Amino acid sequence: MDRLKFATVWLGGCAGCHMSFMDLDEFLIDIADHIELVYSPVIDVKEYPHGVDVCLIEGAVCNEDNLEILHKIRRRTRVLVAFGDCAITGNVPAIRNQLGLKNGESVLQRAYLEGAQSNPGIPREPGIVPALLPRVMPVQEAVHIEYYLPGCPPPADRIKAVLAQLLAGTEPRLTGAQLKFG
Amino acid sequence: MAARTFTIDGKLVTAEENATVLDAATEAGIDIPTLCHLEGVYDVGACRLCLVEVTGIGKLLPACTTRVAEGMEIKTDSERLRKYRRMTIELLFAERNHVCAVCVANSHCELQALACRLGMDHVRYDYTFPRWSVDNTHTLFGMDHNRCILCTRCVRVCWHIEGAGTKNVSGRGSHSHIISDLNQSWGSSETCTRCGKCVMGCPTGALFAKGVTVSEMERDRTKLEFIVTAREKKQWIA
Repeated sequence: MDRLKFATVWLGGCAGCHMSFMDLDEFLIDIADHIELVYSPVIDVKEYPHGVDVCLIEGAVCNEDNLEILHKIRRRTRVLVAFGDCAITGNVPAIRNQLGLKNGESVLQRAYLEGAQSNPGIPREPGIVPALLPRVMPVQEAVHIEYYLPGCPPPADRIKAVLAQLLAGTEPRLTGAQLKFG
Repeated sequence: MAARTFTIDGKLVTAEENATVLDAATEAGIDIPTLCHLEGVYDVGACRLCLVEVTGIGKLLPACTTRVAEGMEIKTDSERLRKYRRMTIELLFAERNHVCAVCVANSHCELQALACRLGMDHVRYDYTFPRWSVDNTHTLFGMDHNRCILCTRCVRVCWHIEGAGTKNVSGRGSHSHIISDLNQSWGSSETCTRCGKCVMGCPTGALFAKGVTVSEMERDRTKLEFIVTAREKKQWIA
């Protein structure tokens, strides 16, 4: 059997979901024979490849970069898994949405001007620092998502349960306490 | 008192004539999901999670406020009920800012537990991200409106167990919210006895004891049960 072309991506999140992924420990060795990791923050690949089978998406859609790569990932991937609470609910990154539609400006102002102890100034580097979206979105608001893997972060055994089902070619199904957010 | 005989999920059940469908189901060992129901205070049918099907009645009825009747055929689980319950719980999450990861009630929350039970893996509606405040003016307790589901348990325990009448509901629709006295800060309330029953009754992290942080807010419902038993049975036993 061909190896599953597998990717993970880190949008607006804290990397905690990826840390939890590392907590899979020896299961990582088990799946190493069955997957080919083609894109991830843990490997050095710059461009998201075509023909990916499965991609785990950590983080909410917070800025223009997140949105652009998410659309690219959707076009090039068969199965998308929203990985963790930020991807599924917006979670902590989306708290700024409560500040209204001007929050993209006001949070920067608070952090880089009002909170600055020296050299106040909002970083603006077009092409390098992506602009914040006016509203943080869960990933399913931007693209179609096949499966959801909640948790902040999802515990390793929950990730394992989903990956094992995906590798076995069955529909991943989580139930009961495995669906706990937070 | 007259008895009524009827069926729940095909099972023949007998209950007293003034029993609710929820009472009868609980007695018969049939578990109906509930959220605004709290043992010891009257029911209001606010959350709509206990909806059941009754043969011959087109609309769904809340089990907690529907009285049993002779020959009633009640269904507590069906494709249709699961669909509506899932919708209801998702709408509760979409209506306010429920961020489980940073909530005092994380892992001890009835809303969160019910979402798991109903199989909610994501919310299909757009989150509204409303702007609500936190009232930290009380010396002992706090109220975070972001986490409130308007079950009104706090209002009912405040009025009908403590008898203080501090907590009320103000506003309509999505503007509804829990207030203290005449819509003033909780700390400035003259009626609040600081008994904490509202905090004990809250199903989410909306009402909390000051000083607790993420996941630390555990509630001891036996304290409410103790008072209810004392009041109804005149027995001061836990």
